[in-house]
Amino acid sequence: MSDAAHYNFAYLDEQTKRMIRRALLKAVAIPGYQVPFASREMPMPYGWGTGGVQVTASVLGPDDILKVIDQGADDTTNAVSIRKFFERTAGIATTTHTRDATVIQTRHRIPEAPLKEGQILVYQVPIPEPLRFLEPRETETRRQHALEDYGLMHVKLYEDIARHGHIATTYAYPVKVDDRYIMDPSPTPKFDNPKMDMCPALQLFGAGREKRIYALPPYTKVVSLDFEDHPFERTKFDRGCELCGAEGIYLDEVVTDDRGGCMYVCSDTDYCEGRRAAPHAAAPPIREARR
Amino acid sequence: MALSAAQRGFDDAVRESQRTFRLVLDAMAHAGRILRSDATLAPPPPLLSTSASIILALADFETAIWLDEPAADCPAVADFLRFHTGARLVRACRDADFAIIAAPARMPPLASFAQGTPEYPDRSTTLIVQVEALAGVGWQFRGPGIQDSAHFSATPMPLDFPQQLLENRARFPRGVDLVFATSTEIAALPRSARITAGPACTSR
Amino acid sequence: MYVAVKGGEAAIAAAHALLDKERRGEPAIPELTTDQIREQLALAVDRVMCEGSLYDRDLAALAIKQARGDLIEAIFLVRAYRSTLPRFGYATPIDTGSMTIRRRISATFKDLPGGQVLGPTFDYTHRLLDDRRHGAAPVVQPLRKAVEDDAAVPHVSDLLGEQGLIEPNPRAVNDEAVGDLTRDPLSFPADRDLRLQSLSRGDEGLLLALGYSTQRGYGRTHPFAGEIRMGPVEVHFVPEELGFEVSLGTILVTECEMVNQFKGSAESPPQFTRGYGLTFGHCERKAMSMALVDRALRARELGEEVVAPAQDEEFVLSHTDNVQATGFVEHLKLPHYVDFQAELQLVRQMRCEWEAANRKEAAE
Repeated sequence: MSDAAHYNFAYLDEQTKRMIRRALLKAVAIPGYQVPFASREMPMPYGWGTGGVQVTASVLGPDDILKVIDQGADDTTNAVSIRKFFERTAGIATTTHTRDATVIQTRHRIPEAPLKEGQILVYQVPIPEPLRFLEPRETETRRQHALEDYGLMHVKLYEDIARHGHIATTYAYPVKVDDRYIMDPSPTPKFDNPKMDMCPALQLFGAGREKRIYALPPYTKVVSLDFEDHPFERTKFDRGCELCGAEGIYLDEVVTDDRGGCMYVCSDTDYCEGRRAAPHAAAPPIREARR
Repeated sequence: MALSAAQRGFDDAVRESQRTFRLVLDAMAHAGRILRSDATLAPPPPLLSTSASIILALADFETAIWLDEPAADCPAVADFLRFHTGARLVRACRDADFAIIAAPARMPPLASFAQGTPEYPDRSTTLIVQVEALAGVGWQFRGPGIQDSAHFSATPMPLDFPQQLLENRARFPRGVDLVFATSTEIAALPRSARITAGPACTSR
Repeated sequence: MYVAVKGGEAAIAAAHALLDKERRGEPAIPELTTDQIREQLALAVDRVMCEGSLYDRDLAALAIKQARGDLIEAIFLVRAYRSTLPRFGYATPIDTGSMTIRRRISATFKDLPGGQVLGPTFDYTHRLLDDRRHGAAPVVQPLRKAVEDDAAVPHVSDLLGEQGLIEPNPRAVNDEAVGDLTRDPLSFPADRDLRLQSLSRGDEGLLLALGYSTQRGYGRTHPFAGEIRMGPVEVHFVPEELGFEVSLGTILVTECEMVNQFKGSAESPPQFTRGYGLTFGHCERKAMSMALVDRALRARELGEEVVAPAQDEEFVLSHTDNVQATGFVEHLKLPHYVDFQAELQLVRQMRCEWEAANRKEAAE
C-alpha cells in the first residue's frame, strides 16, 4: 500500500474532492465564514496540516506547481513531508520559488514576496474559530457569528490593553473580513496580517480536525481588529537579516551559543536565498499596515 | 451498453472535474469576470456543455438538483443527470443544492431558493443560469473578488433582476450564489457582490 | 558562520530507517508474524478494529505490528486506510438477539432464559503473574456447557420491556437516514445515532474515565448491568440491483445494556431507562463505559439537569476521538518558532517597559 498506483490522483477519492470543492465555493462566496465540511482521515496526523492537505488535494491539477512552507521555510520537516506526499500521490511539479508556484500550502507564514493574481495560498489551520478561547462552545460561537455579536472579542482585546498596555496577541491576530465576519488568520504572526488585505491571490483556509473551510477571495478587505487609541501595529524588528541584509521582513532568532549569543535571519528561506543569489535585486515593497 | 454522444460524461473524470472546478472557483473568486470554458460535453438540450460540465464536476448522490420548467420538460436531461451524478432531482427549488435555469427570463425569484440560515448560510442553493450572452458592460459591482469595480451583465434576465441582486446582498450572509453559462463562457456572482449601478435588465 | 538549516528530507529518511530497525528489535529473536498477533493478541486487535471503525482482523494485526504495539498509532493507520475505501452502501441493522452467544451475563437476574454464560473472561482470574506463560503453556481443553443450539437467548431489556418496566427501545424511522459523522461534520445538538457512533469509535480510556465519573456522582445514573453479551452476528445487505437481503458474513460484537433508574413523570409511569454500548470484537470494558456515557448524554432528552462533564454532549463528543486528540496534542512537536518569536518580542518589550516603570518609581 505504499504505492501511488493504489490511490486516486492527489490521494483523495473523487467524491471527497467534490464535497470539499462545494465547501470551497461556499467559502469564497461568504468570505470569512467557516463552512463545515466532512473532513476525512488523512495519512498524516490531525493538527499536522490535514485541512490544508485536503484543500490542496481538491484544488491541485496536473499543471499546477506546488510550494509547501512551514514557518516560512521550504525545508522544515513537515513542509518536506507534505511536499513529498503530493509529489508521490499527484506526481506534480514542486518549487521553492514563491513567484513560480501556482499553489502554495503554508503553515504559520505568508511569503514575503507579494503574491500575484492566479496564485492560491492554502493555510493549515489548527483552530479556525477566532472566538474559541473566549467561548469554548461551538453552539455559542456560531450564534455570535450569526448575530455579528463580537463584543466578547473587543472586551478581550481591551482587557489586554488595560493589563499589559498592549493588545497582547502576537499571532493568530483576529481580523474582520469585508466588514462582516471576524476570522482567525491561522497562527501566522500579526506581522503578516496586512498582507492579507486586498491580496490579489486567492486565500483558502483548511482546518481538518475541526472540519472547517474558509476563504478570502482576491481583493477582499481584511482589517486587523484594533481601537482608535490603540491602533494595530505590525511587529517591527530593529535589525535586518544577517544573511541577506533584508529589512522590514520577519526574522527567525537562531541561538548560536549558551551565553546569550544569537543571530537573526529571514524566516522566509526562498526570499533570503533569492536575495543572496542576486544581492542587488531590489527588495519588494512592504505595504503599510491598513488601518 | 453503448452510450450515444448525448449520454457521454467526462472522458477523464478526475482531470476534467478538476479543470471545471478550478474554472468555477476562479469565476466565484472574481465576481463578474467572464472566463472561457473548454467544456466538450454534448448533453441533451436544453443543457449546455458548460453547465453540464459544472454539474458533473460538483454534484453527486449527496446533493439535490432542481430543474426549471424547460429543463424538467426534457426527460433526457433528468436521465443524463441521474446517470452521471446520482444526484436527487427535487421538485421544490428551496430544497436544491444546485438549480439549473434554462429559461432565465422566466426564472423564479432568487428569494425562493434555499437561502441558508444565519448560523449556516452555506446551506443555500447555487444557481447555474444558462444565458445567451455575457458582457463586461452594464451593471456595476463592488465587493470581494473585485479590485475596484467590475462591469458585468447577462442576457436575458428578469426585469427586476438588479433589484433581486440588491435584496440578495441585503440578506447576506444568507443568500444564493449564481454561476452564469453561455455555450462557451462562464461567470459568477457570489452573494457577496454588491451591485452599485447599472441599467435595469432587458427581458426577452 | 551560520548556514540556514538544510537537509530535512535526509533527516526524515534516516529517522524512518531507524524506526524500522527498532521495530524489528533484536535480530536474533524470531520476528513476530501478523498471524500471531491476530490469534494471540486478539483483544488488542479488537480494540484497533473498534476504534479504527474497520472490521478486518488481518489489517488490524498488521497495523499493530507496524505501530510497534502503540494501539492509538495502529488505530490511526487503520482509519487512514479506511477513509480511502469506496462505500457501496449501508448494511441492514444487525440483530444481536440472534447472536451465537459466546458470553452472556446479567447482573440483574440470578437466572434467566438462555442462562448465564461466562465465556472467555478475565473475571475471577487471580491476577497473579504466571511464570508458565513465558514459554508454551499447556492449553487445557475448556468444558462446554451443554446448550441447545437454537435455544432462545432473549435480551434482558426485552424481558423488562414486556412488563412495561423499561422505556421502549426507539424504533427506526424508515425515511430518516441514520447519521454518519465520517460523512457529515458533527453539529450540535447531536441525535443519539450520532452520539452512539461517536462513542463506539471513541477512545476507550476517555470513555472509561467518563463512565467512572458518573458512578462517582458526576451525573449519577444508578446503573445496573442488565446484560453483556458477546458473540458473532450476521451482517446483511440489500444490493440495489437485487432488491433482497444477502448475507455478507459474520462479525464479532460485544453489546452492553445498562438498566438505569428514572422516576417517571406526570406523563409517563415510573420505569427504567436505557444506556447502550456496542463494539466490534470483544471490548467489554469499552462497551460498558459506552453504555454509562450514552445514558449520561441522554440528560437533555430525559429532562435532567446537565451538570457533569459526562452529560455535556458538546464536551464529550468533541473529545472522544483519539486520532484527533493525539494529532493535536502531538502537533505541539512541530516547529512553532515563528509564533514563539512573536511572543518573545512582546515579552521582551513588556519587560523593558516594566523595568523602566520600576526604575522611574524607585527614582521618585
